[in-house]
Amino acid sequence: MTTVAVKPATMAQALTCALRDAMAADPAVHVMGEDVGTLGGVFRITDGLAEEFGEDRCADTPLAEAGILGTAVGMAMYGLRPVVEMQFDAFAYPAFEQLVSHVARMRNRTRGAMPLPITVRVPYGGGIGGVEHHSDSSEAYYMATPGLHVVTPATVADAYGLLRAAIASDDPVVFLEPKRLYWSKDAWNPEEPQTVEPIGRAVVRRRGRSATLITYGPSVPVCLEAAEAARAEGWDLEVVDLRSLVPFDDETVTASVRRTGRAVVVHESGGFGGPGGEIAARVTERCFHHLEAPVLRVAGFDVPYPPPMLERYHLPGVDRILDAVGRLQWEAES
Amino acid sequence: MTVTEQRGAHRPAPPSAWQPRTDPAPLLPDARPYRVLGTDAAAEADPALLRRLYAELVRGRRYNAQATALTKQGRLAVYPSSTGQEACEVAAALALAEQDWLFPSYRDTLAVVARGVDPVEALTLLRGDWHTGYDPYEHRVAPLSTPLATQLPHAVGLAHAARLKGDDVVALALVGDGGTSEGDFHEALNFAAVWRAPVVFLVQNNGFAISVPLDKQTAAPSLAHKAVGYGMPGRLVDGNDAAAVHQVLTEALAHARAGGGPTLIEAVTYRVDAHTNADDATRYRGDAEVEAWRAYDPVALLERELTARGLLDEDGIRAAREDAESMAADLRERMHQDPVLDPMDLFAHVYAEPTPQLVEQRDQVRAELAAEAESAGAGR
Repeated sequence: MTTVAVKPATMAQALTCALRDAMAADPAVHVMGEDVGTLGGVFRITDGLAEEFGEDRCADTPLAEAGILGTAVGMAMYGLRPVVEMQFDAFAYPAFEQLVSHVARMRNRTRGAMPLPITVRVPYGGGIGGVEHHSDSSEAYYMATPGLHVVTPATVADAYGLLRAAIASDDPVVFLEPKRLYWSKDAWNPEEPQTVEPIGRAVVRRRGRSATLITYGPSVPVCLEAAEAARAEGWDLEVVDLRSLVPFDDETVTASVRRTGRAVVVHESGGFGGPGGEIAARVTERCFHHLEAPVLRVAGFDVPYPPPMLERYHLPGVDRILDAVGRLQWEAES
Repeated sequence: MTVTEQRGAHRPAPPSAWQPRTDPAPLLPDARPYRVLGTDAAAEADPALLRRLYAELVRGRRYNAQATALTKQGRLAVYPSSTGQEACEVAAALALAEQDWLFPSYRDTLAVVARGVDPVEALTLLRGDWHTGYDPYEHRVAPLSTPLATQLPHAVGLAHAARLKGDDVVALALVGDGGTSEGDFHEALNFAAVWRAPVVFLVQNNGFAISVPLDKQTAAPSLAHKAVGYGMPGRLVDGNDAAAVHQVLTEALAHARAGGGPTLIEAVTYRVDAHTNADDATRYRGDAEVEAWRAYDPVALLERELTARGLLDEDGIRAAREDAESMAADLRERMHQDPVLDPMDLFAHVYAEPTPQLVEQRDQVRAELAAEAESAGAGR
């Protein structure tokens, strides 16, 4: 047995590696967006790709998101696999019409004749001290659009595996990158054979018996931290990382909540009309007779994303999660 | 001191002297819409092409009339007629090479049919039994696009991809005067010019965006002039002159094919019918204006030219009309057959593989249908 020296790598490095491997494996894969060429992207995710694959394969486009995604549609029609970078969550909104009216519908509109294998990478979420328009959690908009897959990694390995899967998918995928986890590190070795994760499978990040924290993307490490802190209170929390918001893995979530009997959904996105409402409803529909308490949500407040000096009051943190866990009607058990 | 009085050295000077990035003069459109019919240029037009254009114009006119009749008979949910604009529609389809792509907007059913798509399949969207009734790859015709101008970046992307692959493919994108106000029009033209993509944009300026006239749409000297701002040539053509539209399109397509980049063409025409059968055009325009344009009819214009030059006689006119009648009869007959609907289609092709949630929903409808069938059987 050989021991491979595993050195810590960042999520950003894993994403770059996934793009490079996808481009090397399939000449149809084209990366395009603002500043993705010479600069390597504002987060450096496309670093070195233009140099390695040429500026046709990793193209700096004019600064126009609808044009970027709209031309990607035409490129996909002609057999390419565009991987589009939206520079920030809130900068993706100009492309919304192309996404909703064409990207999400073309396969259905043409009875399967014209699938659009497009990956739309969107750095999202807060916690990096970004000024206005740089910290939105826009997943609920995408989740509400049939025809799109919506995926978000929380670990370095998943960043690689899910991005490879997104690019390989014949369906359009909105790939949400938790930007505050770009520099998070994990023991991950790019030299080893990598796993391409199937889209649509959640994973249990931490086993527990008392209650389930259902979460994804940037809130996964927060929930894991909360689960550790909860031990002091005598709670043994399970943490489910959804990874894929669409398709939704009812099976894994349901199995967990039936086992624990309690659930809290945690995300940065606003609570009202946010993903948590859908998740709580699904859990309640499937686990009603196993539940000891209502499914609770810890979400961002229903306010425009706050300025950086106030964001810590807005983002779901360990204390707020533990408060919610504390409200799960434990007295009924004693 | 005025600008013209600036003399001598000024310090500090900019690091590099400003130069125009491209000479705007060659990009400017003609002062007047280019015409062929009724001018000296007509003598150079290919008689076979003119006859072909004529036959398609007559068919197109008849198709519009038949489709409009089908809305009154409840067979079509709606039909946006292109009567008066047939020259643009037909020339667009005929100017393309076999391997080229057409990107139509919702009013361009005629161009789609003239390109070879089955006349019934071209109406699927408007009948409402599905969205797109034809396979876009069969005739290289993108789906009829309802959201305005959104099909233009698709055309640019497809043309760009074809060029990257080294294929000899040009994309022709159709849009109306109203569509030129959309952001996607701007972004598509900008991308096309920056990428020198082999794409041609044909704006059918038919005078109205539903009810809104062009002077409420733009303050540009002409829509063709917008090309200059993107660094591509603008062409202005008489949109009722099929020979002129065909010629200008052919030149622009050849220019794109040779690597010269995109062209913006404005065809000046008129929407003789209302926006759709659901619209009342008398609320926003007078009869006199419509009648003036009816007198400048694209079908009659070409017919007059062909007849005057002895390229068409009474028999030829009758033959073209009979051909159109038989097309219309066939269309009528097939459109009077009820489409076959399958409720399971709701869930087909949303994704390559249905999600677990869609499987559940499909099963629900299947169970509802089974229960319906059972109770219908019990009631018998």
